[in-house]
Amino acid sequence: MDKIQLAEFIKSLDSDLEVKEGKQYTEVTVPPSKIHSLASQLREKEEALFDFLDCITGVDYGHDLGVIYHLRSTKYQHMVVIKSRTTDRENPLFDSVSDIWETANLHEREAFDLLGIKFANHPDLRRLFLNSSWGFPLRKDYVDNDMITW
Amino acid sequence: MGIKGMKYEEFGDNESLELLRESGTNVLLATIDDVINWGRKNSLWPLTFATSCCGIEMMQTGAPKHDFARFGMEVYRASPRQADVIVVAGTIVKKMAPVLKRLYDEMSEPKYVVAMGACTITGGPFCLHSYSVVNGVDQIIPVDVYIPGCPPRPQALLYGMLQLQRLIETETIKSRKIRIASHNYE
Repeated sequence: MDKIQLAEFIKSLDSDLEVKEGKQYTEVTVPPSKIHSLASQLREKEEALFDFLDCITGVDYGHDLGVIYHLRSTKYQHMVVIKSRTTDRENPLFDSVSDIWETANLHEREAFDLLGIKFANHPDLRRLFLNSSWGFPLRKDYVDNDMITW
Repeated sequence: MGIKGMKYEEFGDNESLELLRESGTNVLLATIDDVINWGRKNSLWPLTFATSCCGIEMMQTGAPKHDFARFGMEVYRASPRQADVIVVAGTIVKKMAPVLKRLYDEMSEPKYVVAMGACTITGGPFCLHSYSVVNGVDQIIPVDVYIPGCPPRPQALLYGMLQLQRLIETETIKSRKIRIASHNYE
């Protein structure tokens, strides 16, 4: 289905969403607590069938922390982007989608390792690259005394 | 022609070499020194160590086109106990730094260190604003020769190894204690 029909279909799933046309993809903004229900609907429904998760990106917007999901359907070859933000920097919590797409397991561990974003119901949320004494380096307020800055 | 026949005038840095040459040893010792140093410098066995892109260039320097087997260096040793020189080729990150220090400590004297590439000299392209890169391998181990480049061409690596050979030529048996003490980086 083309972009307009896809946008209409996604809006019909849940009234809380905002769907808009980004520069490349259709972007859907969703509150953190509704990620899992939206994701499972997008995977299962016949009209959408998003069965391929390209990547999960953790973002530090300055005041907020967020995650971005890039989803693709291998049958219909359409893509959609799901964005979600939270203002809680002490304990940012999003739903884990690792039971829907297996690859989310490692992507969410990376977002936790480098930004401190926690995912609820993740089977094994621990650091991936760094050891436990490192903070969260990709946050904007990370301070490293060894780092050289001109 | 070729790099093996490089003359004294063609090297860029001869002042440091002259500073290192000692004068005033007796004739017998000088002859023994010449023979021993000739043997040592023409059979430098490197440790297999490559982390990053400079490692690819080092492999190419060992490949037939620019061959460093001509200089006696193609015998790479997997065990640090059997190696003479470690060519640190590639970025050293903070996770790798204790491993590198341990490998260097396990090498037996006399040992030499060649810092190949910009990442090992100052941190290279990652020196600013990176949370994980060590800014220069001389923060961890003492370095004898620095070879700039990103990555240095095989010819540049060979030039650096030839400078190391000239450095070895200037050593004498009498100065070994000083040399070993200067590599104690505590």
